[in-house]
Amino acid sequence: MSDSGFSRREFLAGAFRGRNLALAGTGGAVWAQLVEGQRGPILRRRPPGARAEPEFLATCTKCGQCVEACPYDTLELATAGQESLGTPSFEPRKIPCHMCPDVPCVAACPSGSLVPDTAIEDARMGLAVLSDQETCLAFQGLRCEVCYRACPLIGQAIQLEFRPQERTGKHAFFLPVVNSNACTGCGMCEHSCVLEEAAIKVLPRDLAQGKLGSNYRFGWEEEPTISRDFGPSDAVQPEAWQDNTSKVLDALDELEETTTP
Amino acid sequence: MEQTRRSFLKTAVAASAATSMGMLVPAEAQAKAKALEAGWKWDKSVCRFCGVGCGIMMATKKGRVVAVKGDPESPVNRGINCIKGYFNAKIMYGEDRLTRPLLRKKDGKYDKQGKFTPVSWEEAFDVMAAKFKEAYEESGPSSVSIFGSGQYTIDEGYAAAKFMKAGVRSNNLDPNARHCMASAVAGFIQTFGIDEPPGCYDDIEVTDAVVSWGANMAECHPILWSRVTDRKLTHKKTKVINLTTFGNRSGDLADLEIVFKPQTDLAIMNFIAKHMIEKDAVNHDFVKKHCIFATGPTDIGYGLPADHPREQGQTMRNKAGAHWAISFEEFKQKLEPYTVEYVSELSGVPKEELLELADLYADPERKVVSFWTMGFNQHSRGTWVNEQIYMIHLLAGKISTPGAGAFSLTGQPSACGTAREVGTFAHRLPSDMVVFNPGHRAKSEKLWKLPAGTLNPKVGTHAVAMMRALRAGTVRFFWAMVTNPFQDFANASEWIRAAREGDNFIVVSDCYPTVSAKVADLILPTAMIYEKWGAYGNAERRTQHWRQQVKAPGEAEGDLWQILEFAKRFKLKEVWGEQPIPGLKADGFEDGKLPDVLAGAKAMGYDPEQTLYEVLFATDEMKKVAWPDPIAEGHPNDMAEHFGFFVHKALWEEYRQFGLGNGHDLADFDTYHRVRGLRWPVVNGRETQWRFKEGYDPYVKPGEGFNFYGKALKKIPQGSLKGEKIDLAGKAKIFFRPYAEPAESPDAEYDLWLCTGRVLEHWHSGSMTKRVEELNRAVPYAVCFMHAEDAKERGVARNEEVILESRRGKVKVRVETQGRNRPPRGLVFVPWFDENVLINKLTLDATCPISKETDYKKCAARVRKI
Repeated sequence: MSDSGFSRREFLAGAFRGRNLALAGTGGAVWAQLVEGQRGPILRRRPPGARAEPEFLATCTKCGQCVEACPYDTLELATAGQESLGTPSFEPRKIPCHMCPDVPCVAACPSGSLVPDTAIEDARMGLAVLSDQETCLAFQGLRCEVCYRACPLIGQAIQLEFRPQERTGKHAFFLPVVNSNACTGCGMCEHSCVLEEAAIKVLPRDLAQGKLGSNYRFGWEEEPTISRDFGPSDAVQPEAWQDNTSKVLDALDELEETTTP
Repeated sequence: MEQTRRSFLKTAVAASAATSMGMLVPAEAQAKAKALEAGWKWDKSVCRFCGVGCGIMMATKKGRVVAVKGDPESPVNRGINCIKGYFNAKIMYGEDRLTRPLLRKKDGKYDKQGKFTPVSWEEAFDVMAAKFKEAYEESGPSSVSIFGSGQYTIDEGYAAAKFMKAGVRSNNLDPNARHCMASAVAGFIQTFGIDEPPGCYDDIEVTDAVVSWGANMAECHPILWSRVTDRKLTHKKTKVINLTTFGNRSGDLADLEIVFKPQTDLAIMNFIAKHMIEKDAVNHDFVKKHCIFATGPTDIGYGLPADHPREQGQTMRNKAGAHWAISFEEFKQKLEPYTVEYVSELSGVPKEELLELADLYADPERKVVSFWTMGFNQHSRGTWVNEQIYMIHLLAGKISTPGAGAFSLTGQPSACGTAREVGTFAHRLPSDMVVFNPGHRAKSEKLWKLPAGTLNPKVGTHAVAMMRALRAGTVRFFWAMVTNPFQDFANASEWIRAAREGDNFIVVSDCYPTVSAKVADLILPTAMIYEKWGAYGNAERRTQHWRQQVKAPGEAEGDLWQILEFAKRFKLKEVWGEQPIPGLKADGFEDGKLPDVLAGAKAMGYDPEQTLYEVLFATDEMKKVAWPDPIAEGHPNDMAEHFGFFVHKALWEEYRQFGLGNGHDLADFDTYHRVRGLRWPVVNGRETQWRFKEGYDPYVKPGEGFNFYGKALKKIPQGSLKGEKIDLAGKAKIFFRPYAEPAESPDAEYDLWLCTGRVLEHWHSGSMTKRVEELNRAVPYAVCFMHAEDAKERGVARNEEVILESRRGKVKVRVETQGRNRPPRGLVFVPWFDENVLINKLTLDATCPISKETDYKKCAARVRKI
């Protein structure tokens, strides 16, 4: 991970927190600006099979052979003025990845920056995010779902969720939902979105995805098994435990003023 | 119930709208939006695309349509649209819009091999009339033709019918709806004696099951599917079954998706009927009171030319539609072969699935609605399979009642309202009347104020026959309006060749340079839907009118304007004298001839020097319908300005006289501009939701319960074609129809089934939607959907360009093994919107021998690696 990349990400994360309200209010506009201003390496969608960003940048020889191999002219090399000069990436809104079964870009890569023999379904170029429900036509009840039908992995990477529409009393919502387990980030959805600015966008996975705390599991996703092998040996003090009495006392000291009548 | 629910919803909507506005939209943004909308004028209209008939609101500013929204007051869609409807505002503004007449010329003169050259309307009509008269004077009315459309506005279709049938006395007028609805029509007429569905969309909100046959409603009737989805989500009992020859998006919602082998729907139907009888699920009381059983000949052919190998031994080709009454016992006996074992084997559908389907229809506690479109209609036994679905619903008594019915969906926005109702078919007159019925001709001659004997009793050339006649040189003038025949017809290369190489004159009226325009000799630039007044009738009998919103660009003019202007070029003496009609045989007519009616015309006060325009369209009575009219509320009407009277209203008021008291009652012109459409029959200001049912249909008397009062084909022989005729007034027919092999099946040489159809994003041949940048980007080209194993077997990969070919032609197309459609092994599906993948070069021009509708769903093809 390059330094500049890291700091930008930090900035973005902060910006999101601070601007939640504005984002909700003005829909795509703020988001669009944000994206427009950030079409640097952070939002760069890498070719299929690309290694994690720092490793990719360290190994890519900028030879351009993946770009040559792409039959759809999807891939471009970063030009002067852009960061990571000479590295390949693509903009789905211009030309998405067509998910060639023989993945010619990967086959052409001499450096292994694109992991050899990556199956196209296993590619993770990014993750589609339905970033703006306020302009997405499906969320308004229109029968659009163009992104869903454009998805090469229809029904897997994008599924539809049906919900009754109370306003009309007799129609339903057909809501596109992205499944990160299947989405390759090819960008066919972003490309096909009929809005002036796409409401669904492919983002780098680490930017797009949340991370669930390790302290919780979704109960309905696992078998409700009860461990039968629980014994006294499991009830001992963990080895790493250290005495923290001084911290407890410090905390109590800090309460001195508050608790003064 | 409806009332309370609606008023509750209104309140709820108002409350939530206020909250969301206040909470989320900053005042500044609101003001900005307001400023942008300053000067916008909104008016109600109707979506240009499919047969669902969604209401829209349209905003105009400075002569341009600037925005569209779903009409929240439309009972069909309540404010929502599909993605085509969303782009209604953009369809008129493609950069290659046709704005001047273009004639093929060489050295300053018309020449069939010449280059398209801009000409004046005057010159265009001069050449067009000369070419028309050249054929007409040599060979009579049978040598000229108009190919019309289910996308004509009602007044355009009506004017075309009047011009052709009353004016030039030719029945060679047929619409593209022949390719779309003809089998449904034949099914309706033979079963009920009257066209169009008994029920309506409101069935959806009260049914317990939806069975979709040969339709992909999720993509092709998107807003209705939204209603089906809501029913499924909010009424737990609801079951949805999708019957199809390949997995499609409608399967998403379905409890069961049944993928059957092409053509075996005929056998599946018979199994269901047999199962119902065995389970004693027949509603005997209903059947006894309101139905009789019938059947017809089996060796009726495939609508191919008589010398085609497939037609040999088909002895009843010319009596395909004949039928006779049979007993229930005989009916039962005919169903005997259709056991679950036999039908499962034939159709490839597991027995359990067949039983689940049959039990759904058999369950007396379950209301069922069946929907279908082109899988049924575009079928070499299309009429039969339409009749079979009524067989099932009539046996169960599940018809014409809220929530229970068999509903034929239409593809086009006015296949019902125009193509069928005004009589643009080669055998029809307005309001379900037919040219070969002397009483119907007399009534039409009276309403049209024609001398007796004017109308031609011989059925004209239906669509496919029209192309074959063009090839044979017997039709030499061909005018296509609001349709793209040279992309749309099966076996397309054949007709393109006939048009380009034959001794004929092809006129195409269109808004964009289509495949057909390219094939034409004369291209007429045509005003589009919102550039003229008009009306459409949707699938549930709902008639909807709109006003002109903007002016057409350049010199483009509406189809109605074109017909009326062309009519000015004909004098009575040129058309109402004696005319040869080869093959005409009818009571009161000399064989092969239409009589001279000029004397009769004189007696009625006509002058032989008068033009057809004056006699048919600008009569004294019509000219009294004045323009301007307050109903316009300031909207323009270029045609009324041009002709000097309110031509649309005048035609409407004349047209509706045909339907009054005849089961086809329509309201007056002004009423439709005050409501969101009305479902006919409209009697005493009230529309009709369920026909044939007491309490809903004004034509059914108290105590009758049901009355299938359609008048057509109600006297049929008993026992056999030669039996004594019986009268079935008020009854519907339950037909037995057997399984029959397809016209063409895959073999060693051409080893795949080819099925064609549509995608949600594009309309028909793509002439409008391909010009909306966003829709074009969403689905830029047609692909060949095929099973991954089939692709692998042929050594081709996903996205690879291949040659797809049949015995008739070939295209280059990309293979898609994933995506929205999932064909089973052995079948490929290609949408037909893409002129660059002109898939109809491959399809076979076999038709249902009764309806003459082409089977676009089945022919043999193969994939070749490049």
